[in-house]
Amino acid sequence: MQIDQTTVKRIANLARIDVKDTELDAMADRLSRIIGFMEQLNEVDISDVTDTPAVMPMDLKWRDDTPTTDETGGDKPAQILSNAPMTREGFFAVPKVVE
Amino acid sequence: MGELAKLTIATARDMLRNKTISATELTNDCLSAIDAGDALNAFCHKTPDHARTQAITADKMLATGDAPDMCGIPLGIKDLFCTKGVKTQAASAILANFKPEYESTITTQLWQQGAIMLGKTNMDEFAMGSSNETSTYGAVINPWRGNPPLTPGGSSGGSAAAVAADLCLAALGTDTGGSIRQPVAFTGITGIKPTYGRCSRWGVIAFASSLDQAGPMAKSVRDCAILLGAMSGHDPKDSTSANLAVPDFEAMLDQPIKGKKIAIPKEYRLDGMPQDIEDLWANGIARLRDAGAEIVDVSLPHTKYALPAYYVLAPAEASSNLARYDGVRYGLRADIGAEDGIDEMYKKTRAEGFGDEVKRRLMIGTYVLSAGFYDAYYRRAQKVRNLIKRDFQQVFDTGVEAILTPTTPSAAFALGDETAIDPIKMYLNDVFTVTVNLAGLPAISLPAGLDSAGLPLGLQLIGRPWEEGELMNIAGALEKDFAFDAKPNAWWG
Repeated sequence: MQIDQTTVKRIANLARIDVKDTELDAMADRLSRIIGFMEQLNEVDISDVTDTPAVMPMDLKWRDDTPTTDETGGDKPAQILSNAPMTREGFFAVPKVVE
Repeated sequence: MGELAKLTIATARDMLRNKTISATELTNDCLSAIDAGDALNAFCHKTPDHARTQAITADKMLATGDAPDMCGIPLGIKDLFCTKGVKTQAASAILANFKPEYESTITTQLWQQGAIMLGKTNMDEFAMGSSNETSTYGAVINPWRGNPPLTPGGSSGGSAAAVAADLCLAALGTDTGGSIRQPVAFTGITGIKPTYGRCSRWGVIAFASSLDQAGPMAKSVRDCAILLGAMSGHDPKDSTSANLAVPDFEAMLDQPIKGKKIAIPKEYRLDGMPQDIEDLWANGIARLRDAGAEIVDVSLPHTKYALPAYYVLAPAEASSNLARYDGVRYGLRADIGAEDGIDEMYKKTRAEGFGDEVKRRLMIGTYVLSAGFYDAYYRRAQKVRNLIKRDFQQVFDTGVEAILTPTTPSAAFALGDETAIDPIKMYLNDVFTVTVNLAGLPAISLPAGLDSAGLPLGLQLIGRPWEEGELMNIAGALEKDFAFDAKPNAWWG
């Protein structure tokens, strides 16, 4: 499968990565090589194979629906905001989303 | 200087316990070695004050006479592990100046046992790379050759270089497709990727969650056994962490391997593989046979599809995991124009913060998960993954205890050699290692000799699920036979 410039633009938008027009050609070329490499997978007969939900058979664990008291528990606004590039009044600050 | 830093964990443990040395002396010696080793670029953040404080605590624990194995042992910690209050960037510009508010489970366990952090080690950005060249801090240089500089491998290249150059006693790595095993092979040291679920992933920055596993990188099989024991265990904060008892791995070493069935997979014999690697592998087989192991030839028929399946699945998981880097909660936010909205902020931040290889993988991952392509790529790769796992299962069902293969298809290559003109060429480095991640199995790489150019080469042993102890026992037998004691010339010092 050849990846063209339009496809690169579409994927870049989905991935939310700015790709300059001057980079499109090189990006299309490299992505095409990688996708081409993956196409070997089409040789494999997978008709009677199931998906791999977990590589090691494991039951998903249950826990009580109560807040924990460790680092993953609540009530830590200062810690949560401590690395934010911009905050305002105890919230993450971002450019205007709705007019 | 640097004499104590050359010690193994096992020897240092005994010397610390009988008071021949103190944790503070050992730590200071490593810190000096690290400063003298700047040319290697192995450490991206040094934490000397933190290390000295931990050493004082360790010395107090040792004075009580009842200290754990890892007490007082100075380590390098891959920049992928969240360390509270200490810069953690996954070698990416997008996490510029990120200081986690919490500590990963593995490092928490280690500090509780009295281990010491010397600093954070350099790596490929988000662990995506096989040469360490994708790091925002610049590439690590392999201690085995500085001119022209060779790669230490990746992604745990800083950890590998730091251990090989005796800047620390051991280091933590992570392995998603070979990121522990390939760099240890390239630098003449030993490292193990445990069974998926053996070590908690909590607080380890995610790349591909169904493949990521942390593990030790050290100077001997015994050191791997000691460090792995300290890192392992069930963690309720990681839903894929196994609720299994951790055996005393060290106590399982030095057992006879007579009568053990070791398999040699024919699919790992590649066309055009260097003669040195063929010879090394043949030597490993001969040594195991001499030790009384039963060597059997086996087939793992889907091996050739492991790399393409991996390069669908790992980027797919990465595209989802790395969606969190959006310039809102932590790390970099790009400067945006007055008219720019939130989408422009996301796009500019991610364009500026991610390096080329990471962007490529995120784009591939997005593509294979996108509407209309999910079944053709992602779903198909998942099924192929199952076939690869089944191949191994069928071999182990015949009573095989371990599978012996080369770790890498070549010795360390020059930095800049296989740059991104053809990403596939770089991906081929992982040809012998990715199968193991896809199947969730444990595998160890140990140094097995030097090639004709004087560079180290590794052999890999792949084990049954949860049988790291037996795997390290077999590796220990080979280690004893190889008696590999070559060291790089300390050109950096």
